[in-house]
Amino acid sequence: MGGKDAGDIDRDEHDHAIWEKRVDALRQVASDAGYFTVDGLRRALEDMGEEAFETMTYYERWMLATCQNLMAGGAFTTEELNAKMEEVKARGATYGDAQG
Amino acid sequence: MSLPAVTPPDFPPPYPQGKPNLSPGQVVRVRSGAAPGHIRTPWYLRGKTGVIERICGAFGNPEELAYNRIDGPEVPLYRVRFTMREVWGDTTERAQDTIDAEIFEHWLEAV
Amino acid sequence: MPHDHHDHDHMSPSGHPYRADNDVPLSYWQTMEIAVRELLVEKGITTPVAVQAEIDAMDARSPADGAQVVARAWTDPDYKGRLLADGTGAMEEMGFKPDALKLVVVENTDTVHNMIVCTLCSCYPRTLLGLPPDWYKSRAYRSRAVREPRKVLSEFGVDLPDSVQVRVHDSTADMRYLVLPRRPDWTEGWSTDKLAQIVSRDSMIGVALPSTP
Repeated sequence: MGGKDAGDIDRDEHDHAIWEKRVDALRQVASDAGYFTVDGLRRALEDMGEEAFETMTYYERWMLATCQNLMAGGAFTTEELNAKMEEVKARGATYGDAQG
Repeated sequence: MSLPAVTPPDFPPPYPQGKPNLSPGQVVRVRSGAAPGHIRTPWYLRGKTGVIERICGAFGNPEELAYNRIDGPEVPLYRVRFTMREVWGDTTERAQDTIDAEIFEHWLEAV
Repeated sequence: MPHDHHDHDHMSPSGHPYRADNDVPLSYWQTMEIAVRELLVEKGITTPVAVQAEIDAMDARSPADGAQVVARAWTDPDYKGRLLADGTGAMEEMGFKPDALKLVVVENTDTVHNMIVCTLCSCYPRTLLGLPPDWYKSRAYRSRAVREPRKVLSEFGVDLPDSVQVRVHDSTADMRYLVLPRRPDWTEGWSTDKLAQIVSRDSMIGVALPSTP
């Protein structure tokens, strides 16, 4: 990234949503449990390509990278994740409803 | 070639050093190389010449750790200083401003 | 699972406005987060308490911790020497837990100004300063900090004369960096508590100078 883009630096700052903090926490506990290294996380982020940087937020990309690494590490299967995501969605329309 | 002034610290690194082949104060060039994979040598420094500022220690190779291959040998890591002139040429703001980056030994060649 | 009970109308512990939180429509990524978290708990890989503990630990960290380290270095030359030689060890001396952090402290002088960036991702001394600001993680900062640091500094309100060298540090590997700002002349006789108050997060990243009182 060094030396490329030359846009304005947006100095706006907000605290993080609870779901974002949880993404960070999940990354940490999964890494501590040996499912992947921080390097694996970065590699997964890089593999997403430039477009992901434009279309996804920081923690959305981290969530996907963490998930990919967990699946590669055998923490759960794609089918288990798929079924669980459907179950979560069915709980309700907001994050508050769905978090159980 | 535009080289920076470097004053290597007078204390050793607080981490195990492994077997470093390069020394603080030594002039080094960053290899070129364009393989895919997880490489922590920034593109803007590849092919550039700088001076080793310090040995950081020896650490796991991120290129391998990225695939969860955690049992490989540790590789000496160096902080290397470059002048802005060397990195960006004539369009830099101030030629003798510098960039320090950490580069693994296998990406460095003695000059 | 412990819920986040903070009132959306108030400021968060970090002093910034909260992002809209529990009331937002559930997004795809939030669904993934909940699902992954529950699977990891079901499989015994983690527990709700462990996840919350990570969140609490990060929430407890802030630039005020780094400011204390700086203030001590300003008043205790022996400590400063230890800090420059081994940032992690010196931080631990003051009771801060580095976890995996390998801290290198770089000192501003009257002829050198240091500035920190991670062009490759967003590496930052999180266990000492808390989470990085959004701008630190932005493409614009990451690309421009190494290319035109003086222009970036100027946009942040720092204009340096030509007699001062700018030294940019790109956190490309295992080290993380903290800038030790110069102690301003007008702080003669100040206690470490008072000194810590003028050491901002941005001054420890290297895009600001210690604030005037």
